[in-house]
Amino acid sequence: MKQAIIQRIFLGIVMITAVIILNFFLLHAAPGDVVDAMLAEGGGGDPELAARLRASYGLDEATHIQLIKYLGQVFRGDLGYSFYYDQSVTDLLLGHLPTTLMLTISALILAVVIGTLFGVYAALKPKGIFSNFVTVLSLFGYATPVFWLGMIILLVFALYLPLFPAFGIRSLPEPEHAVGRILDIIHHLVLPTFTLAILYLASYSRISRASMLDVLGSDYIRTARAKGLSETKVIFKHALKNAAMPVVTLAGLQLAQVFSGAILVETVFSLPGVGPLLYESIVRRDFPVILGVLFGAASTTIIANIITDLIYKYMDPRIQSIT
Amino acid sequence: MDDSLEIKEDAVLQVMNLSVDFDVKGNNVSILSKVNFGLGLGETLGIVGESGCGKSMTALALLRMVPSPPGKISEGEVLLNNVDLMTLSKKEIKNIRGKELSMIFQEPMTSLNPVFTVGNQLVETILEHKDLSRVDALKEAIELLRLVQIPAPEQRIKEYPHQLSGGMRQRIMIAMALVCQPKVLIADEPTTALDVTVQAQIFDLLKEIQAKTKMSIILITHDFGAISEMADRVIVMYAGYKVEEGTLDEIRNSPLHPYTQGLLRSMLVIKPDSSGFKKPLPEIPGSVPDLLNRQPGCPFGPRCSQATIKCRSMPPNFNLGFKRSVKCWLADNGRVE
Repeated sequence: MKQAIIQRIFLGIVMITAVIILNFFLLHAAPGDVVDAMLAEGGGGDPELAARLRASYGLDEATHIQLIKYLGQVFRGDLGYSFYYDQSVTDLLLGHLPTTLMLTISALILAVVIGTLFGVYAALKPKGIFSNFVTVLSLFGYATPVFWLGMIILLVFALYLPLFPAFGIRSLPEPEHAVGRILDIIHHLVLPTFTLAILYLASYSRISRASMLDVLGSDYIRTARAKGLSETKVIFKHALKNAAMPVVTLAGLQLAQVFSGAILVETVFSLPGVGPLLYESIVRRDFPVILGVLFGAASTTIIANIITDLIYKYMDPRIQSIT
Repeated sequence: MDDSLEIKEDAVLQVMNLSVDFDVKGNNVSILSKVNFGLGLGETLGIVGESGCGKSMTALALLRMVPSPPGKISEGEVLLNNVDLMTLSKKEIKNIRGKELSMIFQEPMTSLNPVFTVGNQLVETILEHKDLSRVDALKEAIELLRLVQIPAPEQRIKEYPHQLSGGMRQRIMIAMALVCQPKVLIADEPTTALDVTVQAQIFDLLKEIQAKTKMSIILITHDFGAISEMADRVIVMYAGYKVEEGTLDEIRNSPLHPYTQGLLRSMLVIKPDSSGFKKPLPEIPGSVPDLLNRQPGCPFGPRCSQATIKCRSMPPNFNLGFKRSVKCWLADNGRVE
């Protein structure tokens, strides 16, 4: 078990290295670099200044030399330095990450819990009103573009009914007390979290409904009933643990995206998360930041996969080893 | 029309006029029609018939576990110790299930939950019906496994169903059914998925436990061999009707209903000189009636070689003695051979 995890981590490191190399070449294959973007912003400039800037950023060296230098840095735990923000990439990421993680992880948890419950109750009466409601809700969730839903929610709950703030993560001025500040952040996160959760929820309720319907027809459910167990135990112990496997798979896939999966929501609600940072950096050709975000995303994917495998093993003992 | 049921002192279970209907796209389809039988203390009753004749549905109906919708128990009484199970509340019937009326199923491979240990599934049953601590329940679970002759029960209890063989799993199912020493054990094709040697072991085990606990067994099967091995009395079912009832001897040696006769003829007889293999087994011509499109008259009529004009109307159950009946016009005027 422990060995398997170590093996997975080692494989992950190899994978991340490959991802870095690939991303590096892809970025350098695209036309334009940070100097071009800077000069364009400043309304043009002379080639001499451009050359001097490139030299100072180390952009005048051959691509493979730059790559080797970059890899060396990464292995020493240094993700480089942002040209545009004039800040180390690690600090930049750490500054933006908390907002994104709070948003994506709480949306994910909400969606998994509520979505699965919806699915379970819908499966109990597959032709009932609630089941139809869940089906319609899922279709709605699948079909709605996230930015549109975000804007509607903004209009309704921030403008017409000003219950929640419309943008940002903190009020200005900030509340003085620490508890007040935490509540303030939560207050700001309610709308974006629900926007994201409603979209995630669609998949979970659909998948758990289908999976639950399947499991409820199993022989072991009949056995559980014949033993005299209460319906609650039959559903939430015997059926749910079997039916939850597809939910775990999906949650694992979405957990892999928590790092950068909320660009649109963050943009609509003007949250200072990783999404807008990535977008800005692409526009400005700020390669170290882009590479840093991609590195973080790749690492999250690998960690999420290991976690998913561990949960699989806990959920279903027939799954032997995690290799 | 109905059996005049003689309720004996020691009758554990009395089933009267049990009927189950299914709703198939708005049509009411009768799956089980007014089935009657009684079960004595320590007795084994075999219910035999081909697929779709309603024998498993009878078992599920006794526990009120007919899948609903589309099914429902439309009529009938099931008296367990003179309490009608059909009138109990959901909670009361839940307390009967697995306690006084237990059931084991055809597929030991899929009847245990794959994601919980054997011990977990046993202990939860014990805790559901008995007021015990978890530790005591675990001890009792180990004792139960010993009772069903599982070697090294302390280890087995920690294992998952997929780590056990089919016979072992069926033993676990039996152990689970025995938790509260039920009055009646319903065994729905308990050995169909097992090979012959394991089948014999399971039957021996059931008989042994029955001798110890005076438990009554309802054995549901399509295999006359299993019936001969286990049953004291036999009910033959066809298309949702009880067509014949009698002791094992009566059914085996002097079957009255043409369907029972056909069923017995189609049994494989192994002779020492293997001559039995040279000619094909006689079969019952035709196929099971379409329950969606029932024709009036005897349900077996269209396949019956002895059918007469009379068979266009439904024959009643003719009582020919104590717990001996047949649903066939042939029994009416002594034309029975």
